[in-house]
Amino acid sequence: MRSKVLAVLSLATMIPTLYMIFFYAPTEVTMGNIQRIFYFHVPLATGGYVSAFLLFVGSLMFLLKHDLKWDRFGACAAELGVVFVSAQIVTGMIWAKPVWGIWWTFDARLTLQLVLDLIFIAYFMLRAYLPDREKRAKLSSVFGLLGMVDVPFNYFAIYMFPTQHPQPVLGPAGGGVDPEMGTTLTISFIAFGFLYAYLLDRRLAIAKVEEEIDYLKQVVFAHE
Amino acid sequence: MKPVAAIVFKDIVIEMRSKESLSSTTMFGVLVLVIFNFAFEPSSLERALIAPGTLWVAISFAAILGLNRSLAMETDNDCLQGLLLAPLSRGDIYLGKVASNFTFMIIAELVILPVFVIFNNLKFNVQFLEIAAIAALATLAIASVGTILSTISANTRMKEVMLPVLQIPLTVPVVIAAVDATGRVLTGETAEISSWLYLLAGFSIVYLTVSYLVFEFAVEE
Amino acid sequence: MANTLALESEDIRKTFGHFIALSGLTLSVKRGEFLTLFGRNGAGKTTFLKIAATLVRPTHGKLRIEGIDIHQEPERVRRHIGFLSHNTYLYRDLNPVENLRFFGRLYGMPDSEDRIQKLLERVGLERRASDPTRAFSRGLHQRLGLARVMLHDPSVMLLDEPYTGLDANAVEMLNQMLDEAVAQGKTVVLTTHDLEQGLRAATRAAIIDRGKIVFAGDAKDPGIREAYGQYVRMGVPR
Repeated sequence: MRSKVLAVLSLATMIPTLYMIFFYAPTEVTMGNIQRIFYFHVPLATGGYVSAFLLFVGSLMFLLKHDLKWDRFGACAAELGVVFVSAQIVTGMIWAKPVWGIWWTFDARLTLQLVLDLIFIAYFMLRAYLPDREKRAKLSSVFGLLGMVDVPFNYFAIYMFPTQHPQPVLGPAGGGVDPEMGTTLTISFIAFGFLYAYLLDRRLAIAKVEEEIDYLKQVVFAHE
Repeated sequence: MKPVAAIVFKDIVIEMRSKESLSSTTMFGVLVLVIFNFAFEPSSLERALIAPGTLWVAISFAAILGLNRSLAMETDNDCLQGLLLAPLSRGDIYLGKVASNFTFMIIAELVILPVFVIFNNLKFNVQFLEIAAIAALATLAIASVGTILSTISANTRMKEVMLPVLQIPLTVPVVIAAVDATGRVLTGETAEISSWLYLLAGFSIVYLTVSYLVFEFAVEE
Repeated sequence: MANTLALESEDIRKTFGHFIALSGLTLSVKRGEFLTLFGRNGAGKTTFLKIAATLVRPTHGKLRIEGIDIHQEPERVRRHIGFLSHNTYLYRDLNPVENLRFFGRLYGMPDSEDRIQKLLERVGLERRASDPTRAFSRGLHQRLGLARVMLHDPSVMLLDEPYTGLDANAVEMLNQMLDEAVAQGKTVVLTTHDLEQGLRAATRAAIIDRGKIVFAGDAKDPGIREAYGQYVRMGVPR
């Protein structure tokens, strides 16, 4: 039920979002139409950080409660993290090619996102090489915790380097945006928020089924 | 505190006997410096830009080698279980291994750093001492996170191969801080070094604390 | 002291994921008792001893050693425990004296030299005291392992399949040391699937199957032999 509601909500918000991004929002003066990718890019980035935070919560809660549901929660959040951060990096590259003239540069924000992506991927490599379910949960939770503690340090370290990335336009230091652009971004955030919640909900349900299947396999093998 | 010292002392005695860890890590670190000289052939102008990077690649890779050796010593014959049976907390075992890893990495750097100075035609003056101080702090940061990560990786099917996969992304802030601080020492712009040193110190304190608390989950069955 | 129980477990359960290793094990061992736990591989004997030795955390239940809760004060519990398995936990690059000295320091015994010498003589290793243990045979390793277990004079000895891989000589030595331990009033809990070795010095015996005690009784009682015979033939005795 909850999953259906989330599915309907994300579909119902995503369609107007797409319309607003491509037709309602005004064309940016210097960059032109390519700037529209920004309405995808920023919510994707936020999704990446939300995933990092959820992985932190999942890891911490597993270590405190020893309940495998928290390990599944962390792992599913980390999976969404890989998807969102990777998509964010790709949209950033598509934007950078015409605007900066390059696909990639080791600029602060790019590096930060790349490192976050690498930590998520390292987390999955670790899980893949831990066959025992309980050990996998315990050790990957320790790593998840250590990895997410690393994110603020990365942020400080990378921000002390001079950067090429446009400074945030929203927030205390930014100059603000056109109100129509602002509305589009807000709607886009809402749509991506529902999409994230829907994907996480589905993924958690699948993870639970996967675990049941593993258990049933064990039972079957034990009786053979 | 005494059991922590006992662990360090035990590791030193084993190293004096086997001479496996220090010789290989030091040699490896020096070789990385040599390779970089072939790879870049920096002119004296570019040297100040490239040199700090080569130093920290050498040190952080050598550290991974040493950390793996250090933990292999404990998992060989299940010695770690012996430590777990002793009346000290899991956190103290962690601190003991951090202290011993830190000591060995510093000893390796006592060779790697002078070689770095000679290869780059630097002087053994106050600059050298500044770089040594940065190295000490960054080494503590690497040892604090590397000790628990090597324990995690020893539990996987890939063992040693897993450690760099886990450690390199997590030590990015340490390497950035160390490289930039070393670069500033070489170019003489020492004004902003202190914020890098704070970052290294903060990193060490946070990782020492968190790892002290969660080490039991990394070692217990 | 009013409390004369050396080991007391209440409804200890342990699951590894979906696998149930222990399903509610309640057991008490009096001071000076020698209890042997029988059971096949995977019955939960080792898991139980590891929980008592604070190496594994139980999923549920309470366990006290010498009246001390393993969950609340694990470090104090470890002081009272001597744990021996077929692994000796010794550093191959250190010689016997260095190995024992290291463990002595971990147990907070700075002046352990005399005791180390005595123990090495006791296990017949005094002449090899300065050879790295790398070159030792399995039997010699096990003897040094015994010395390590006795080093801090534990009051509760937990032995997990100690006879596995021992030569006749080392079995003899282990038995002697166990007899001495009993004479000194130490408590012994031993697991094995060898009925004769297990019953040799035991005062009590129990059979564990699928994570539960399925039989418990006096070791001198022929009932244990009958039950074990039945258990080996057809699984759980009735």
